[in-house]
Amino acid sequence: MTLIPRARAQHPLAYAPGYKTSVPRSPKLALISMPATPTEDTGPVFGQSMLGELDNNLVLNLTGDPAIGERVLVHGRVLDQSGRGVPGALVEVWQANAGGRYRHKKDGYLAPLDPNFGGCGRAITGEAGTYQFLTIKPGAYPWPNGPNDWRPAHIHFSVFGHAFGQRLITQMYFEGDPLIPRCPIVNTIPDQSAIDRLVAPLDMNGSKPHDFLAYKFDIVLRGTRQTLFENKKEGM
Amino acid sequence: MVQKLDTLEETPSQTAGPYVHIGATPNFAGIGGIYPEDLGLKPFPDDAEGERITIRGIVHDGTGTPMRDVLVESWQANADGQYGPGTQGWARLPADQENGIWTLETIKPGAVGAMAPHIALWIVSRGINIGLQTRIYFDGDDLSADPVLARVEHRNRLPTLIAKSDGPGSWRFDIHLQGDAETIFFDM
Ligand SMILES: [Fe+3]
Repeated sequence: MTLIPRARAQHPLAYAPGYKTSVPRSPKLALISMPATPTEDTGPVFGQSMLGELDNNLVLNLTGDPAIGERVLVHGRVLDQSGRGVPGALVEVWQANAGGRYRHKKDGYLAPLDPNFGGCGRAITGEAGTYQFLTIKPGAYPWPNGPNDWRPAHIHFSVFGHAFGQRLITQMYFEGDPLIPRCPIVNTIPDQSAIDRLVAPLDMNGSKPHDFLAYKFDIVLRGTRQTLFENKKEGM
Repeated sequence: MVQKLDTLEETPSQTAGPYVHIGATPNFAGIGGIYPEDLGLKPFPDDAEGERITIRGIVHDGTGTPMRDVLVESWQANADGQYGPGTQGWARLPADQENGIWTLETIKPGAVGAMAPHIALWIVSRGINIGLQTRIYFDGDDLSADPVLARVEHRNRLPTLIAKSDGPGSWRFDIHLQGDAETIFFDM
């Protein structure tokens, strides 16, 4: 794995006062930059055998009875910066239920819990870097920041490629949501084209009539530098 | 105009939010019955070679308050300085929800090439917009030839990367996001 230096301008600012909690939780001093070492270039290897059959089915994975809400398939590929699929990546998701409530003791929003919705799922990408989750579309929810801030519907993603230095947590948004441009967390990202890359388009061809709609969300991880003079295949 | 480069941009980070434990360690978060156990419970099997150590720490925000909703991940070499196999060397360290202490029960890593024994940490939580990378080194080891530490200009900050022994096999490593003792974070 050859890690490409992070293009920090594509990422949120650490200190983004519109998102108040970032004020005391952002380092004040500059990060110390240097090339990745073997510690960042390596990482744990996850296997399909770690997963259960319903791990990527959030509709059913808590009780076996279906959760309430708009049924959606979220699918896509995990890619490296050369555009190659990353197989064997661990993709973990968590989200609120259809009413915008998390199954967490700290979430006191008045929307009710769904007895059949846990809110987490995980998958390991296939040969071409593909993954998919069947879930319900999460609801928007209010949060304490400004006097009337609401999160757009979103799914949290944690992605683990082949290297510890690729580690990424992000959020996926849904095409057409008017709350996206109003969200202080979205707006921690200064670059609009970078924000756009977090918005999953509706994918009618991936949907299943009378069953679920589909949204496509590709994720790009750091690496690999494609070198002209390198004949050997990656990982060999 | 010029041709477009073929290189893709990395997907932007977003904060892990307050409920990262639902996704990463659901059993710890009180959501049982979906996964038999959480991933990253321990970095090495019980019979792994090496000196058993325990490292404890707190991540403090800029007001000095312990961050009780933080998730730390660790990645390290084994006692011989080798990475892997499988998931060996990797662990997830959710902070205690009452006092914010995270605990890593592991083996002391060996040196990796010219690098002194160290454990890489990746820190995410609500309010952290992009995960923070830092390292644990160990007090008493010879750190003089470590190429990463050599790149740190402000030598007075180096102690923020060095765990202190607080008993046999027991180490303390606190992290400060801001303030006089702000921990060194890397972009590497
Ligand atoms: Fe959320």
